[in-house]
Amino acid sequence: MTDVFEPQTFRVTRADLVRYAGASGDFNPIHWSERFATGVGLPGVIAHGMFTMALVGRAVTGWAGAADAVVEFSVRFAKPVPVPDTDEGTEVVVSATVKEITDDGHTRLALSATCQGEKVLSLAQAVVRKR
Amino acid sequence: MPLDQSFAGRSYPPTEPYLVGREKIREFARAIGATDREYHDPEAARAIGYSDVVAPPTFPIVFTMSSSRQIVDDPELGMDYSRVVHGDQRFAYARPIVAGDALVCVNSVEEITSRGGHDFLTTRSEVTTDTGEPVVTVWAKLVQRGEE
Repeated sequence: MTDVFEPQTFRVTRADLVRYAGASGDFNPIHWSERFATGVGLPGVIAHGMFTMALVGRAVTGWAGAADAVVEFSVRFAKPVPVPDTDEGTEVVVSATVKEITDDGHTRLALSATCQGEKVLSLAQAVVRKR
Repeated sequence: MPLDQSFAGRSYPPTEPYLVGREKIREFARAIGATDREYHDPEAARAIGYSDVVAPPTFPIVFTMSSSRQIVDDPELGMDYSRVVHGDQRFAYARPIVAGDALVCVNSVEEITSRGGHDFLTTRSEVTTDTGEPVVTVWAKLVQRGEE
């Protein structure tokens, strides 16, 4: 199966998580407080799952060439994305393959997102209307 | 205590309309690093047939996550939100959200299951305009981890 676009790398830093918390209204402290995150058994502050999904969405709409091209979009959050408190943060790598052309003539993409080589999403897919 | 499975199928009253602001869409798009002109520039959005800027695909979470607290916080359901993690997320779009939309959510419990000591609650939000035009359907599967 060939990739429909070059794997795209998105850098994720603590500042991104703070900005996303404000924009989305999701102020769960596991996304900004090391003390809280480790207290509930996480390795440290983790990215909002919906932030990771949004990055995948960017890759998909970028490939489709239209902001309004996504007809369906679904993911399962399989593993957290730990974001260290460094200038570099971490990286999420997004790739996609074509799964099928639907009866409506849309393209169903199978999506992948990895962090440090581990899959952070499973069952991720999008149905895209190509203009 | 496992979740009360009789909640499957239960529907809640429509929420107060959420008014979608142009600046909120821009703020959300900036926060996810999305520079597509249609998210920021009303002229670019009009050029592809919309009356104002359009929202990125995951934008509905801005209001569906809080509106579905209607279900999660229902004391009869007995959910302990401190043990809840986000399992799955799905969107099915009738059209993109556009600045100026007044959006109403009708939330329901689509499914409740238990497996391996964990409870799984799937919420469904039917998002329409305040005049009833379908916009997007949003599903979230929440996992309530078993007690230690």
